Amino acid sequence: MVPRLSGMTRHYLDHAATTPMLASAREAYVEELARVGNPSALHTSGRLARSVVEDARERMAAALGAHPTELIWTSGGTEADNLALKGLFWARHTADARRTRVVTTAIEHHAGLDPAHWLEAEHGAQAVVLPVDAEGLVSLAALREEVAAHFDQIALISVMWANNEVGAIQPLREIVNIATEHNIPVHADAVQAVGHVPVDFRASGLATMAVSAHKFGGPVGVGALVARRDLAITPLTHGGGQERKIRSGTLNAAGFHAASVAAQEAVETLDAEAERLGALQRQLIDRIRHTIPDARLSGPEPGPARLPGNVHFIFPGCAAEAMMFVLDSHGVEASNGSACSAGVAQASHVLIAMGRSERDAASTMRFSLGHTTTQDDIDALVAVLPEAVERARRVAGTFDSQVFG
Amino acid sequence: MRVLAALSGGVDSAVAAARALEAGHDVVGVHMALSRNRDEFRSGSRGCCSIEDSNDARRAADKLGIPYYVWDLSDEFHDTVVKDFLSEYAAGRTPNPCVRCNEHIKFDTLLERAQALGFDAVATGHYARIEIREDGVRELHRAADPLKDQSYVLAVMGAEKLARSMFPLGTAASKADVRAEAAARGLGVSNKPDSYDICFVADGDTKGFLQRSLGERPGEIVDESGATVGSHDGAYAYTVGQRRGLGIGRPAADGAPRYVTDVDTQRNVVTVGPETLLSVSTLVGEEGVWLAPDVDASTPVRCEAQVRAHGHPAAGSVVREGDRLTVELDESMRGVAAGQSLVVYDGTRVLGQATIAKRDV
Repeated sequence: MVPRLSGMTRHYLDHAATTPMLASAREAYVEELARVGNPSALHTSGRLARSVVEDARERMAAALGAHPTELIWTSGGTEADNLALKGLFWARHTADARRTRVVTTAIEHHAGLDPAHWLEAEHGAQAVVLPVDAEGLVSLAALREEVAAHFDQIALISVMWANNEVGAIQPLREIVNIATEHNIPVHADAVQAVGHVPVDFRASGLATMAVSAHKFGGPVGVGALVARRDLAITPLTHGGGQERKIRSGTLNAAGFHAASVAAQEAVETLDAEAERLGALQRQLIDRIRHTIPDARLSGPEPGPARLPGNVHFIFPGCAAEAMMFVLDSHGVEASNGSACSAGVAQASHVLIAMGRSERDAASTMRFSLGHTTTQDDIDALVAVLPEAVERARRVAGTFDSQVFG
Repeated sequence: MRVLAALSGGVDSAVAAARALEAGHDVVGVHMALSRNRDEFRSGSRGCCSIEDSNDARRAADKLGIPYYVWDLSDEFHDTVVKDFLSEYAAGRTPNPCVRCNEHIKFDTLLERAQALGFDAVATGHYARIEIREDGVRELHRAADPLKDQSYVLAVMGAEKLARSMFPLGTAASKADVRAEAAARGLGVSNKPDSYDICFVADGDTKGFLQRSLGERPGEIVDESGATVGSHDGAYAYTVGQRRGLGIGRPAADGAPRYVTDVDTQRNVVTVGPETLLSVSTLVGEEGVWLAPDVDASTPVRCEAQVRAHGHPAAGSVVREGDRLTVELDESMRGVAAGQSLVVYDGTRVLGQATIAKRDV
């Protein structure tokens, strides 16, 4: 049993890490948990469970602009990214041994970056990491150069739809156009995009796309790889042959059902929600700039190139872990960089790739807004921010009296 | 008070935090990450530095119902404790890294950071007692359990920082009692083995660690007359008073055992000799701190001196001049090496601490 830490109101501003389940998804989940029957069994209970899985597949596919056959259920975004990178690399490299290059970007989530480096270390691949500009947008010039020089050696191109740290929405349309000239498959990690910006798999021209349910109000432990059916993908796991033999394992009917219900609601409410969050986002950015004049926004200005719920700042001279500590002790929950398994914050590779110093990269906070965020949460954050910054600067030993004098 | 409890993941710090909480303080748990490349699991006798240890600390905090954070102090730890350890050995001295860690990390960086974040005190699982007198003077005393007493490694913190420190285990009768208390409180670490050895030296192989870090520097071992009696891979790895592991084939003329009497890392020479040459009757410590503002030691004051964590205190008289402490011992002592911490007691009370200076040979 987890003890209650305090009765204080919590202001949850870490929706990019995970967002609360939507009520509709929670109800759907609990209801389906009562059902028995392995969806692969042939008797009536099994068949009914299978029909729940297939209903969910159709609902989810519709929300993503995909055909139901294109949807491969997984345990989450990390598995979907691994399946895309390794599965596409193995299949394409086996078909043509010259294809050794895995082209990706410097700002991918570790679920996209680490498989590329692992393929390089263990499977004769060459990881090609494209640079990004100061706002975190991938360099199309570098991609054009890479494709022009090595198009027949590229196994796949992998670019995230939207960055999880600074919210930068990548120019996928242009990337797909460059790749398609040479029939190179493009994979996108769309974990942060689905439910937050319009995602239409068919219109995107992507070969594969990774999705995670708990980022849009579904349960943790459910995700999907959307994959064009003409693509060969070598499986990671072998067993019962479920999911087009690409992803074996007993089908999680209740989880898929809840995920699809969440996806449907998130997509239906997307326009209104993006407008609501975008307004809170712009207000929060303005108020942070006003309160802490030397704070610097990372990533694109609010608008079409930035996720509507993402606010990311560098607070110069602040020890981020100390800021997180002060905010948390006032009930404001946000994220400082990406935490490793031991809970130690590490300087973000994304900020470094954007040309920031190690010091700036260790002085960042991400506030990510979501469906439960209210004006009250924004007000609470802005109220405690000066104290958090002041204490974090004292911790860093670089108190800047000009700001607070 | 707002109290920051340092949680290593061991049983002592967990019970210390529990006692601070029970005393009515507002307690927050912090685990210090002292290495960037931490092992996933605990191994051997080390008990503070693996990810498994930080998970143990997290579970203790969960059980106590207190917030828990990990603070990355790996740069500070490396720059002060590890580098000091290597440079001290390289200079032919014998450092105590736990003393340096208390001085630079727990009662400096951690304490300063805690204060910047609005805490009034830091609580640790050390075994020592702080007594607050009616006149407000805080005295640092040996723990109730003499076997676990850690006042020796804490003395370096000085008087000021005592005011911002808490050692809730100082009154514990024994480690067994602390373990029983941990079990009664439902803390999963109640049976966790004690840690010993130096936390950043894997397998306790100090000599191997020094050799990897400082490189092999073969040289000669000579006796008191200057005659070569053996060889070594680096004088820095030897400690004055050391008898074992000298690898000298030929016995001394009189057949008596030989000890290291001097380590000269500049000439890279280790000198050995009979036990009688190790005897000292005066201890001189530098860069000292004085924890007893009410005791004037400008003229000799009776005391007991201790130069090792588990060494016996020796009676004598101490004189304090600036940050230098000089102890005239009643009976001579052997095996005193430069770099060791000299702690001066009056009964159970710590009067002061200083670092043993290089002897004039």
